[in-house]
Amino acid sequence: MNYTCVRNSLGRLVPIEIPGVGSLAPFSGAYSRLDGSYVWTPSPVEHRVPKITMNKVAASLRSAIERSGLQNGMTISFHHHLRNGDAIVGLVLAELEKMGFRDLTLAPSSLGDSHDCVADAIKKGVVTRLNTSGVRGEVGKAISNGLLASPAIIRSHGGRARAIEEGSLKIDVAFLGAPACDRLGNMTGVSGATACGALGYAMVDARYARHVIAVTDNLVAYPLSTKISVPQYLVDQVVVVDSIGDPSKIATGATRITRDPLQLYIAELGFKVIRAAGYLKRDCSFQTGGGGPSLAVARYVRDYMKANSIQGSYCIGGITGYMAEMLKEGLFRTLFDVQSFDASVTESIAHNSNHIEADASWYANPFNKGCLVNDLDVVVLAALDTDVDFNVDVLTGHDGVLRGASGGHSDTAAGAKLSLITIPSMRNGVPSIRERVQTVVTPGETVDVIVTERGIAVNPRREDLLAALKDAGLPVKDIHQLKAEIEKITGIPDEIAFHDEIVGVVEYRDGTIIDSIRKIK
Amino acid sequence: MTEAQQNHPMRSLLYIPGNNPGMLQNCAIYGSDAVIFDIEDSISISEKDAARKLVKHALTRLDFGRIRIVVRVNARDTDFFEADLEEIVPAKPHAIRLPKVDSAEDVLAADEIISRLEEKHGLPRGGIGVQAMLETARAIVNVNSIAASSRRLVGLTLGGQDLAADLGIRATKEGLELLYAKSAVVIAAKAYGLQAFDTVYTDVADLEGLRAQTAVGFSLGFSGKAAIHPSQIPVINSVYSPSEREVAKAAKVVAAAMEAEARGLGVISVDGKMVDAPVVSQARRTLELARLAGMEVPEL
Repeated sequence: MNYTCVRNSLGRLVPIEIPGVGSLAPFSGAYSRLDGSYVWTPSPVEHRVPKITMNKVAASLRSAIERSGLQNGMTISFHHHLRNGDAIVGLVLAELEKMGFRDLTLAPSSLGDSHDCVADAIKKGVVTRLNTSGVRGEVGKAISNGLLASPAIIRSHGGRARAIEEGSLKIDVAFLGAPACDRLGNMTGVSGATACGALGYAMVDARYARHVIAVTDNLVAYPLSTKISVPQYLVDQVVVVDSIGDPSKIATGATRITRDPLQLYIAELGFKVIRAAGYLKRDCSFQTGGGGPSLAVARYVRDYMKANSIQGSYCIGGITGYMAEMLKEGLFRTLFDVQSFDASVTESIAHNSNHIEADASWYANPFNKGCLVNDLDVVVLAALDTDVDFNVDVLTGHDGVLRGASGGHSDTAAGAKLSLITIPSMRNGVPSIRERVQTVVTPGETVDVIVTERGIAVNPRREDLLAALKDAGLPVKDIHQLKAEIEKITGIPDEIAFHDEIVGVVEYRDGTIIDSIRKIK
Repeated sequence: MTEAQQNHPMRSLLYIPGNNPGMLQNCAIYGSDAVIFDIEDSISISEKDAARKLVKHALTRLDFGRIRIVVRVNARDTDFFEADLEEIVPAKPHAIRLPKVDSAEDVLAADEIISRLEEKHGLPRGGIGVQAMLETARAIVNVNSIAASSRRLVGLTLGGQDLAADLGIRATKEGLELLYAKSAVVIAAKAYGLQAFDTVYTDVADLEGLRAQTAVGFSLGFSGKAAIHPSQIPVINSVYSPSEREVAKAAKVVAAAMEAEARGLGVISVDGKMVDAPVVSQARRTLELARLAGMEVPEL
């Protein structure tokens, strides 16, 4: 279907209305709703008071679904804390299909490698609308090929929390995986065979969904101890299943520092940028992703802070075992953990009171009264593609098909004083700096530096940084020059052909539409 | 052989397998002073053609900036030797690293082929240097005649693993068993104005061991050391980089030499002490190393 579109402030054509979703505002600058004048009113959600004698533990998943009052056309949600080991989405969708459900909106906090089942559900019409942060594999192909009835809505982690609190994303039934849960629904991710660490995304769903079902493979004696992440008063039902996921894929090894010399080299350059910019000092705050060069930056930061006896204030984000080690060593006073990238941190969350489980709204919702990312000093991020305007695409593969995740990328980039993209200058012969990224997820005005092994590009808005990095003797280049140097090796790839048909929209953290995703030819 | 070629200091030389396009493409970024594209030991027999072609294309198509490019070809006694030179010489590397050099004859044979190819392709004669790799007991016995063999020769190095095998000894991390061979190579190189390159340290995970072995090589008089992993480069570079004090002293010596020359004086004096020509040339070298290391060198 074609929608009426306007050009937003980045010059991207975006729809102003999608039937069934409502009217949409075009993106008009990363901070345009953050000047103190913007007002929002939550739209109410109906909650039913449970019968006082109700036994929360349902006889089966089917019975829990029946008791939830779920109907065709409603919205269901999941968290993605079980990462690539998650079995719950598949389990629930299979049951819903058997029960004959159709036309559901699926609104998980994100989808990963274990969720090809969602593509099947889309093909069968069980799911016809999708709200998510990330997509991989078959789901990305399904969206890019236009199999959804309505455009997919891609949100950042902070943007999703905002949408849920506003009521623009209304969840009817949340199926929340619980590695440990008791009969009244107290749950946590820090114990059990499928322990996944923090449950920061689940916390928001639990608070705002009309009906909450805890799905567990580990029903413990009441009350759950030693930690309760989601309290019983938010949970309607508890369902016990054989397994909620594969523990070996919940801990995906994201804590291992890369040994790839190229990634290490980029990481070291990234570290030198942070140091030269003057942010590595007492009380600094820091966020880095897991895996690749971004985590490797943490290694250099750690060595430097140790050698210079610097204690930082806090780290946030996806927390890795590496960060938990830094907390233990006293390099940071506090960790705010929204999601844990590997299971080894569960011990730290459970027993270190300075390792704080934070919900997604606290983490990154730009409309609450103080989210963590807005106070960040430094964030180190990855990217699939960047462009000469410093826009970042973390969604689109080189073949034009969706295969990434918005995640906290745009939230942290907007909030941090220094946002750093670490990216190899080329991947498989395709250059990483384009004239124009296919899909803008993070706008260039919030990106300060792009670090590649062939040079560092500084956003011209940051003259101060440019001067500091030059003084430090770092290989700073104009982004056009850097792009040209890379293209001397790679050439310029042909444009990918798309239909005009819009199959997805990327919602910026503040609820405006920053870009559209089109059907692949 | 040009003066600049011979004297261009190289603290670290990174080996890159010649059949790996990604590594060839990125080899210049890791901070080594030279790279050695290998088409010998790291390349299996069935990959020789591919590696040779790939290295040639890399040399002609990619921009490696200021670093020196060396290509290690297959040994003279292999079927690949001549084909390697025919393909590589026209692509103008700074030097050819010649493995398994046992005698002066090996160098002269290479020199002859390279000279013929230079002429055929209209390249300046002697522009491409040769680094001879000594890897047998016989080579060590012949080291002086090898060093004296050809004006094309710019450096000597030894192949520690092969040499240990030839001697029937086990190569250790400390490398003391090769002390004599290393010293013999260094002294012959110095005697004939050549550079001397230390052999590789094979445990890439052990950077402390690398530092210790590199320091021994430096103290023996080597001018640089080969690396087999980018992580080894900063260690090697730091051992071979002069201290700030040494740089300051060298700058004084060079300044005095320049002043003496300008005033037509035969005698150079620094802080009231006479210095002679070798000290001046070592001081110039120290300054060059300092520049390579990105240190501040006073304007002279």
